[in-house]
Amino acid sequence: MTASATLILLMAVLYAVGITVMLERSLTRVLIGFMLVGNATNLLILLVSGPNGTAPIVTGTVSDEGMADPVPQVLMLTAIVINFGLTAFVLALIYRSWWLAQLGDQGDSVPDQHHGETEAATDATFDAVDLDDAALQKILADSDEHPDAHNRGMEGER
Amino acid sequence: MSAIVPLLVLLPLLGAAVALVLGAYRRAQVVVSALTLTTVTVLSAILLVYVDSNGPVVVDVGGWDAPFGIVLVADRLATIMVLVSALMLLGVLLFAAGQGIADGDRETPVSIFHPTYLVLAAGLFVAFVAGDLFNLYVGFEMLLSASYVLLTLAGTGARIRAGVTYIIVSLTSSIIFLASIAFIYAATGTVTMALIAERVRDLPADVQLILCISLLVAFCIKAAVFPMSFWLPDSYPTAPAPVTAVFAGLLTKVGVYAIIRTDTVMFTDVDIDIPLMVIALLTLIIGILGALAQADIKRLLSFTLVSHIGYMIFGIAIGSQAALAATIFYIVHHIIVQTTLFLATGLVERVGGTTSINRVGGILKASPLVSVLFFIGAMNLGGIPPFSGFLGKVGLFEAGVALGTPLSYVLIAAGTATSLLTLYALVRVWNMVFWRPSGDVEGYTSPLLDSLSETPDDPGGTVRTKSVPRLMLAATTGMVALTVGLTLFAGPLFDLAARTAADFDSHSTYVDAVFPGGVE
Repeated sequence: MTASATLILLMAVLYAVGITVMLERSLTRVLIGFMLVGNATNLLILLVSGPNGTAPIVTGTVSDEGMADPVPQVLMLTAIVINFGLTAFVLALIYRSWWLAQLGDQGDSVPDQHHGETEAATDATFDAVDLDDAALQKILADSDEHPDAHNRGMEGER
Repeated sequence: MSAIVPLLVLLPLLGAAVALVLGAYRRAQVVVSALTLTTVTVLSAILLVYVDSNGPVVVDVGGWDAPFGIVLVADRLATIMVLVSALMLLGVLLFAAGQGIADGDRETPVSIFHPTYLVLAAGLFVAFVAGDLFNLYVGFEMLLSASYVLLTLAGTGARIRAGVTYIIVSLTSSIIFLASIAFIYAATGTVTMALIAERVRDLPADVQLILCISLLVAFCIKAAVFPMSFWLPDSYPTAPAPVTAVFAGLLTKVGVYAIIRTDTVMFTDVDIDIPLMVIALLTLIIGILGALAQADIKRLLSFTLVSHIGYMIFGIAIGSQAALAATIFYIVHHIIVQTTLFLATGLVERVGGTTSINRVGGILKASPLVSVLFFIGAMNLGGIPPFSGFLGKVGLFEAGVALGTPLSYVLIAAGTATSLLTLYALVRVWNMVFWRPSGDVEGYTSPLLDSLSETPDDPGGTVRTKSVPRLMLAATTGMVALTVGLTLFAGPLFDLAARTAADFDSHSTYVDAVFPGGVE
């Protein structure tokens, strides 16, 4: 089996970076890590398909021996679609956990859609926190162990 | 007959589409889901009768022969699993419908519950009938995606927290599974299980071992085998009662089913029996020790679930026909009993207001019927004769004695100890929750309750108790009747399990079914 050294190197780097990032505590980083590892696996599937070749299944145009193996490409496409769907779901999950962490116990009573929305109304609903990773990480760290202490902390900040 | 196999998957998917369209009509959704699952149950029962007398049904999807097309293989094992899962899904659906009607649908957004539930069913069925490793992966992803939604239903803080653990762990295991498929494709040039089984034996032994272990790691995470079981007790108990019941009964068993397929169809030459036995031993002991420390009934049951997976791994590790027959019987028993116990616990929560044994008592007086339902399930799980849990374990231990290695005797001892400790944990629940008068709960002290730990973010106190609707009671009673039926008809069922195990006697039974003309 022949395989491109560049692709192998790229796959190795993606795996290494992806797994490292997945081990972080922040959910967004875990998601980014998952996406990198998922793409590394897709590359792995591409690599196992053997040498490059002409377009598969179409016969009679070029010499048929030079065809690429179509099966791994099909597997990859399916895997990409599945990863895409799961990424969307985890994003929704991250948004929801941010929502709950921002609003605490009131989170469930605030509707998702704000009628007659203005910027002022939004600011009144949400805490004006810079939503970088550090903030999310802090919120997650708090909500993991001491939900009550965290809620009290939020009250104090307001 | 070959039309039935794809229907098992298509019907739930169509049902999901119809239920999604009918989102505004909740009664209609219940009717659609119940009808779909009833049809699948009937179809799989017919299929089981046919397969049992005429051998496996193999369907080439789209008319493409294996190994170029996707094959669906309904042999005895697959059909038994489909039938039992369909029955469980139906029972739990009725339970959930009863709960929804009683609570006025305020607690769960039912409009997405039914479609997701049916997609979960379709994913389960496709995983069982998959004759193609990648199709198995797709089946796993279908049921996992549906389970993510069901676990985080209503999106409360506790469920999001539990969901994050569950989802990240599942995603990791899926990636490992996908990478294993890539390795296997690189080594054998196919993803059709029957052809993998043929080609794998030409590979060097160490390559076979690596491929087998990478697949098993992925499946062991899904089956919650120690040490990859840490995620289960943290995530399952927070979901709504019916969802927990389905997850506990079915999702881990799909992993066990995949392990059986890996070990008995694809990698028959790989000898990993001793490591598997050690893992089974650790799963049994560590799981049940976790259960002993829990005050919450749902968490306790989740730990017994982890522990009892050890019995099935033990049976697979022995690998003899008698052991496989006992394992298959035990899987069926465990699916039904574990689901039933979680449903009964859901009823206890409605009557008592909490599932912590520190804070509830007098259920026997408050609701004798719920108590009887829980009691039968508990005795069955604890392995009291003559219930099916006892029969399954006896079958396993007999096969272990027949193997006769020192390690198998250690496992038999550990299995007996686990059975007794399960009984201890469940009888303690019985004493506290059912027998103890509700007036004694305040300030009650007993050495039995020392050193119990509550759920980590347990709010304490009890919620308002609710009435138990007839439909929920009827669904749970039906499931308990099924567990009793499993005991009453244990003889014929054990014979069926023995015939199923005989399919795995030689690896060629499966291969010949997929390639009737022989492998080229």
